[in-house]
Amino acid sequence: MSSARLTRFVAKPAVFAAALAPLGLLAYGAATRGLGANPIEAITHGTGDWTLRFLLLTLAVTPLRALSGWNAIVRFRRMLGLFAFFYGCLHLLTYLWLDKFFSWADIVHDIPRRPFITVGFLAFVVLVPLAATSTAGMIRRLGGRNWRLLHRLIYLAAAAGVVHYWWLVKADISRPRLYALTLAALLASRLYVALRRSSRASSPVRPRASISTTR
Amino acid sequence: MLIRQATGILSAEITDERLYLRRREFLRAWGLAAAGLAAGGLDAYAQTSNRPPKLENVAKGPFGTTEDLTPYESVTTYNNFYEFGTDKSSPALTAGSLKTRPWTVKVDGECNRPGDYDLDDFVKPHALQERVYRMRCVEGWSMVIPWVGFPLGDAIKRFDPTPSAKFVEFTTLKDSRQMPGQRSYVLEWPYVEGLRLDEAMHPLTILAVGLYGVALPNQDGAPLRLVVPWKYGFKGIKSIVRIRFVDRQPVGSWQRQNSNEYGFYSNVNPQVDHPRWSQATERRIGEFFKRKTLMFNGYGDQVAGLYAGMDLRKNF
Repeated sequence: MSSARLTRFVAKPAVFAAALAPLGLLAYGAATRGLGANPIEAITHGTGDWTLRFLLLTLAVTPLRALSGWNAIVRFRRMLGLFAFFYGCLHLLTYLWLDKFFSWADIVHDIPRRPFITVGFLAFVVLVPLAATSTAGMIRRLGGRNWRLLHRLIYLAAAAGVVHYWWLVKADISRPRLYALTLAALLASRLYVALRRSSRASSPVRPRASISTTR
Repeated sequence: MLIRQATGILSAEITDERLYLRRREFLRAWGLAAAGLAAGGLDAYAQTSNRPPKLENVAKGPFGTTEDLTPYESVTTYNNFYEFGTDKSSPALTAGSLKTRPWTVKVDGECNRPGDYDLDDFVKPHALQERVYRMRCVEGWSMVIPWVGFPLGDAIKRFDPTPSAKFVEFTTLKDSRQMPGQRSYVLEWPYVEGLRLDEAMHPLTILAVGLYGVALPNQDGAPLRLVVPWKYGFKGIKSIVRIRFVDRQPVGSWQRQNSNEYGFYSNVNPQVDHPRWSQATERRIGEFFKRKTLMFNGYGDQVAGLYAGMDLRKNF
């Protein structure tokens, strides 16, 4: 099997199935009373955790590719990003349904007044245009340059997601801090890759390296 | 349309009727096993199926509610007890390291009978009674718990506070070998809480030594904890080692950690939101829909008088 076919028919379905596993475990736990004394809280936290994790996984693809030269990994970036959106939708739905029971007056009252909800909602809103423009057709219509510019919003979404978590916890910030440090490391690695690239591009010794900036 | 008779089923493939009729039992058993696993492994499951010793001579006490009790398993696996980790499932898993005997309660400050009391001597003069109370956590969930204990006021009378005693301050054990959560600075250790003397003397306020008829499991605050049912749960300080009578309002651990969010009084009040979330509703553990939170957690008839004329928005 060629490597492209292997990716398409084996690796992608495998990653897709793995990305659904957290949802499967939550659903199984909910059906079997396996989520502890407060299953709705477990679902709320579980979907929120996985939204953040998929956002960070998505952001890890590009630096990992640049640093390792493992180009095939970029084929998974869209799927990971869409799973971040998927879990974000579920997370928002648990809030709207299981926490607020679609009481729109309460929801409209809550979103601007509770800073952690405001910033979490912002993260979700920012993800919507990214998900909507994730198709090949949309990339073509927008043009690569505009599309790339638009999709830089993922930085904002990830940062807002981490702040959302940080502002939610009562006292123990160790987990939001872990997400914040991971995000900072991922952004720093991008910066490092960009700096390395520009220094090579400007170096007269290795002019060929500039080709990589067109990708 | 041709409908064929189903002839291809061997009799061996047909589930035995007795087994079939017991199918729900199997599902329940598996569900319970999964719950045990999810709560943190088989150890937790063994721990919940292995209750502490039963308490003898427990009389029915006043002020009980007839609402459905929150299951023992929930009361003992869903705990905010940061001395044993900040996950609600972790106290049930790690509180085994707490040694609750021998246990000494230091009574000091503005009183005429201070001293270091062995726990058994501390408890012995009091007749144990069961109090079925609602418990409302500041996070927006609630339980109904059958505590076993005695009125704090009865104990206070024994220690004979002086006229300058206006408040009572409580302190939890500080020992990071027994309480591994104290190794990380989440709150300022030891945990401290306080009550106004009249709140402490109120007949609703109890010191609990048990729940569901058995001695307190460690994760629920063994061997001695405070229960103040009209206040948010964090006022119910656990594993008490010191009771001090003071003339100034004590500063509780949560109040110290964030005084904008946690006040001294911490009375359950649906009209005063936590700055980050509404306190108007709560989820009773085990229920799907939320219920309206009641003023003073439904104990207004008994305690509203304590706060007559006070602005409860300021004194939250």
